[in-house]
Amino acid sequence: MPADYSAVLVFIIAGTGIVVFTFLLSWFVQPRNPYKVKTETYECGEPIFEQSWTQFNNRFYIFGLIFVIFDVEAVFLFPWAVAFKSLGLFALVEMVIFITILLVGLVYAWKKGALKWV
Amino acid sequence: MEILELAWIFEWLNENLLVPIVGDGEFGILVRNLILACSVFGLLSLIALCLVWWERKVSAHIQQRFGPMMTGWHGILQTVADAVKLIQKEDIVPALADRKVFFWAPVICFVCAFAAYIVIPFGDGLIVSDLNVGILYIIAITTFTIISLMMAGWGSNNKYALLGGMRSAAQAVSYEVPMALSILGVVMVTGSMSMQEIVKAQSAWYGFHWNIFFQPLGFVIYVIAATAEANRTPFDLPEAEQELVAGFNIEYSGMKFAMFFLAEFVNMFTVSAIATTVFLGGWNGPWLPSWFWFLIKTLGMVFLFMVFRWTYPRLRVDQLMEFAWKVLLPLAFLNILWVGLYEEVFSKW
Repeated sequence: MPADYSAVLVFIIAGTGIVVFTFLLSWFVQPRNPYKVKTETYECGEPIFEQSWTQFNNRFYIFGLIFVIFDVEAVFLFPWAVAFKSLGLFALVEMVIFITILLVGLVYAWKKGALKWV
Repeated sequence: MEILELAWIFEWLNENLLVPIVGDGEFGILVRNLILACSVFGLLSLIALCLVWWERKVSAHIQQRFGPMMTGWHGILQTVADAVKLIQKEDIVPALADRKVFFWAPVICFVCAFAAYIVIPFGDGLIVSDLNVGILYIIAITTFTIISLMMAGWGSNNKYALLGGMRSAAQAVSYEVPMALSILGVVMVTGSMSMQEIVKAQSAWYGFHWNIFFQPLGFVIYVIAATAEANRTPFDLPEAEQELVAGFNIEYSGMKFAMFFLAEFVNMFTVSAIATTVFLGGWNGPWLPSWFWFLIKTLGMVFLFMVFRWTYPRLRVDQLMEFAWKVLLPLAFLNILWVGLYEEVFSKW
């Protein structure tokens, strides 16, 4: 039934509308007095010495990659779980093999030290 | 007892007020959904106001203080006063910030938390739209919160904010996987992802055939991962006050800050509601109306999260990440294996 999912769109649009409306409401009642010191970036009172848009630790990237592998796997597992009862023991054995292959990947990443946060 | 169920009121209103005016075609459905969205927003604001007050009271009593006492009975109007104050506050945008990203981050953060309530079953028949992918939809839409936190961190152009945003993204993606896999065990025994089906599957034993009794491991994994997903202590590294001075929302003030704050409490209620629905039998229960059972169980879970926050110290960032991948993930697979063997082998003997 396509009408089911219309609620999702309506909620997203209505939610955005409500939030923007409260911002607007706040805009009319708030004082506005920006000056240079007030709009400075907060750095514990020190003058900032450079922008913060710089390079960052590539650990974040590696964890992102591992996440993609296992999250895609979770997406694979959900349809299997829905049909699990009608498929029976055979499906369970197959899924154990599938998960084992991925776990070998996890163990490899573990041994390589990719899971270590420095 | 039937009269206390709220579903018939909504049905009556729909049939006698809404359908005669706007009809039940596409336009009628649109108007109905809009009204539902506004009422859910009202309900969530009310819940968040109560939860903020409750949290302050719980923390105060754990630390042998009283907490807010001046505004209203035991300070119950304190959060209303806070909300009025936040509306009047000046909205300061840092000169170096990326203005568009800075503006949309709180909007996205709240909308994602809000859109999850389409499939939360508040009671028997009290659900906005019972999507057949229910639980997967919630996992998907609440993940978007990570993007908004990254946007807040990046858009602020502040070093603390960026570090907080990056940390929250790394943390949330790490705990996302065990969380999804712990719910998978329930989907396996239910054979459906629809939230109402999951609740109905637990209605045996006078409403006490809860999944937690068959999958205690899954429940524990879910609670730990959900605490991390909701950025609550002991997993609140993204906003660690003592080192990151509030993390991603450091540059926010006024209503934009209020939206992050609101979304945080809405998210806490969401994860509690999912735990209730998936593991604690949802709105099933004897004698009392279904929405009341849902509320009792969910608020019990919220209380558990609050006690976590005020009794556990914060984890170190390396402990946090390694715990997700080296402990929780293998345990989650073990849980799936256990559920599969239980269903296919032990229950057939």
